[in-house]
Amino acid sequence: MNIIQILFWFLSVVAIFSALMVITSKNPVYSVLWLIVTFFAISGHYILLNAQFLAIVNVIVYAGAIMVLFLFVIMLMNLNKETEPQKNRWLKMAGAVAGGCLLLVFVAALKGADLKDQEAMVNEGDIGLIKNLGKELFTTYVVPFEISSILFLSAMVGAVVIGKKE
Amino acid sequence: MQNALQIVYLIPLLPLIGFLINGLGRKYLPKPVIGVVGSGVILASFILSIWVFMQVKGGNTHIAYYFDFISVGNLKIPFAFQIDQLSSLFLLIITGVGFLIHVYSTSYMHEEKAEHFGRYFSYLNLFVFSMLLLVMGANYVIMFIGWEGVGLCSYLLIGYWFKKTEYNKAANKAFIMNRIGDLAFLIAIFWIISRVGNVNFSDVFAVANGEVEFRKFSATDITVITLLLFIGATGKSAQIPLYTWLPDAMAGPTPVSALIHAATMVTAGIYMIARSNVLYSMSHITMDIVAYVGLATALLAATIALKQNDIKKVLAYSTVSQLGFMFLALGTGAYVAAVFHVMTHAFFKALLFLGSGSVIHAMSGEQDIRNMGGLSKKLKITFWTFVIGCIAIAGIPPFSGFFSKDAILLSAFVKSPLLYSVALFTALLTAFYMFRLLFITFTGTFRGTHEQAHHLHESPAVMTLPLIILAILSIIGGFVGVPEVFMHGGDRLGQFLAPVIKPNEMHHVSHSTEYLLMGLSTALVLVMIVAAWFKFRNYQRKEETGFGKVLENKWYVDELYDKIIVQPLHQLGGFFKSVFEVSVIDTLVNGVGKAVNYGSRQLRLLQSGQVGSYVLLMVLSMILIFAVQFFIRK
Amino acid sequence: MEKKNNMPINNYILLSIALFCIGIVGVLTRRNAIIIFMCIELMLNAVNLLLVAFSKMHARAALLAGDVSGSAGTDGQLFVFFIMVVAAAEVSVGLAIIVMMYRNIHSVDVNFLNRLKH
Repeated sequence: MNIIQILFWFLSVVAIFSALMVITSKNPVYSVLWLIVTFFAISGHYILLNAQFLAIVNVIVYAGAIMVLFLFVIMLMNLNKETEPQKNRWLKMAGAVAGGCLLLVFVAALKGADLKDQEAMVNEGDIGLIKNLGKELFTTYVVPFEISSILFLSAMVGAVVIGKKE
Repeated sequence: MQNALQIVYLIPLLPLIGFLINGLGRKYLPKPVIGVVGSGVILASFILSIWVFMQVKGGNTHIAYYFDFISVGNLKIPFAFQIDQLSSLFLLIITGVGFLIHVYSTSYMHEEKAEHFGRYFSYLNLFVFSMLLLVMGANYVIMFIGWEGVGLCSYLLIGYWFKKTEYNKAANKAFIMNRIGDLAFLIAIFWIISRVGNVNFSDVFAVANGEVEFRKFSATDITVITLLLFIGATGKSAQIPLYTWLPDAMAGPTPVSALIHAATMVTAGIYMIARSNVLYSMSHITMDIVAYVGLATALLAATIALKQNDIKKVLAYSTVSQLGFMFLALGTGAYVAAVFHVMTHAFFKALLFLGSGSVIHAMSGEQDIRNMGGLSKKLKITFWTFVIGCIAIAGIPPFSGFFSKDAILLSAFVKSPLLYSVALFTALLTAFYMFRLLFITFTGTFRGTHEQAHHLHESPAVMTLPLIILAILSIIGGFVGVPEVFMHGGDRLGQFLAPVIKPNEMHHVSHSTEYLLMGLSTALVLVMIVAAWFKFRNYQRKEETGFGKVLENKWYVDELYDKIIVQPLHQLGGFFKSVFEVSVIDTLVNGVGKAVNYGSRQLRLLQSGQVGSYVLLMVLSMILIFAVQFFIRK
Repeated sequence: MEKKNNMPINNYILLSIALFCIGIVGVLTRRNAIIIFMCIELMLNAVNLLLVAFSKMHARAALLAGDVSGSAGTDGQLFVFFIMVVAAAEVSVGLAIIVMMYRNIHSVDVNFLNRLKH
């Protein structure tokens, strides 16, 4: 067991544990915080895979901006443990069972795939570097890149329009 | 003159054209035109039939193929006509007698409005067309088409005066009883197809004679086919048990009774069996059945005719009885005798019917003979032709009826003396009731009303001329079949039909026996005539009692049928309507509707509006799709 | 040395599946609209992780096949980039909607959104 594997298992355990805490926390603020931990764990996976750019972007955008936005909204509505609505127990169980079944189906489907020899290259490889990604982004994928700016513009406009007080 | 056989399709086509012209134009054409068209096409067919007959007599037979009527898989049923000795003979009878009756009808029906007059003639032409199809068909299916067609026309013509409900009921009865026979005919056709592969006469008879490899009729096959065909014949030719429609069919106009229910349609069964003589000769059981049923029918009908008081009903039962004789002949193997009797019967029965029509006409529509009497003075031609007809039917030499009936009696005697004695007894009854009819109607004192007496007059020439022609034919018609004992080689009819009907390998009877039988029957018939003369020449009306009442009520057979067949069927229908329909079918149909309603109401609850449940359903469906994708559709 | 720097892809796939299913359970189980939204983000991230893993898998496969251009697996990572773009836009609009919903009914309970029935 070398260091890479140990890191992988550690990060996986953290990710899954914190995800579970996200869905089971009664206080919504706690859920947000646990989700932030999950994002950090996933960023750790990215670094392990030498996808440096994405790791940083994940932290900055997701954990930094999006989660903070969530937190603001929750604070705005002053949600806490008491005001949290609860689904009735049967529905929760049904949901859990459904999710479990989906998990089983996926795993079983995966068993049939012959992927023994495929391995992901961790800890080396240059494709995660900004230089290479940027080269691809601005040559092959420049059109989606430009369109995404329009997307942002429309999202901004939409958010402002929707959120306006009459 | 070879080309007669090429244009043989014209023979049925012309009456069909007449049907179309008169049928479509009945509202626009004046009566004389309708009459001329209707009769003219039959005359044209008759002339063509004579031409064809001459060809066939010269030895040219022909199967004229036109097109494939049914062609499916290995089964080919062609629309083809078979012109041979048997069919050409029947052609002559149908078109000849038919033409005379058409001419007669122009006068008999002259009181009808033009539209109905046209309807009448169009139906008559359609009938002749169907009958021609029947006898000319080269296979059982074309024969069946004609068979059905004549049944239909019989229905249409019996119910010609459709405003009267009893007439419609009579028409229904005729058609329905015919259909029962038709079912048997159809099953026979199917059986033949399954054994032979098609229904052409030539092929079927070849297989029966063993001339075809790989195909053989087993004994059961032959028996079943011939029996089924015979049952079909009982429906069409009014034998036991399907005969009760024929007396009721007298509801139609008298010329119709003459043509359809005496001369032609009812002989279709005889024709069919004569055509299939190869098959029948191979099955002795069926032959016996045919003979016994025919004889029983003859006897039964004769007894009923003894006590009937409607002039047409007497003749109807007489027809049934004579048909029974023909079947007796067929059953004893004397096919030629049966066909001979068809011919002579057509002459004298048509004559008798047309004569009765003349009487009814003169009596302003009266048909009950108890109200007639002494008509011989005023209706001379009718009377004398009627006498000739009666003598012919009684079987007095040298009139035609003698030769044909005697051939039948001889054949019966050869088979079994018992058969002969019953047949002879029936022949005596025939003479008795016919002359009873003659004497009550024409002799004695007039028993009708004053207006009727006033109106009595002989029919116009258009009506009496056919009577005279038919009378002449009744006298001389028998000379085509003179038996051996009188004239060597005299049986020209038998010789003519030999290619189609193998000569009867009868045990030969000695000449003296034959003379004895003939003399016996003639003498006894004369005795019966004299007895009838004494009993009925001064007829007084009286009530029937006892056995006579049973006979007058036709042995209550109609009532029996009503009780055991008609009423139960009505009950069954009522049961189905009120019980089965309501509880089973309605429940089923409405139940389906209710089930759908219930199901949809339950399903509607799924649309709760809750986003959460929708997402749950989405996830569940996704699971299902994945499962199917990965595991079930390997 | 190469052997040690390779992780079988199955591990990543399983991890991603686990996170994805946890996200689904969260969507089905919670009634708070905001939490449901967050679980959707969790699902998206699981997918992102898997995409990045696959991109490295393709890079390795290309390397083994002799392709030295060094741009074999970039598609996967760029796709993740765009997913993040879209996720950001979606979150902003979505939260705006939730705020508006709160303003109207003073609750973020999803069960109040049952107008789809009519």
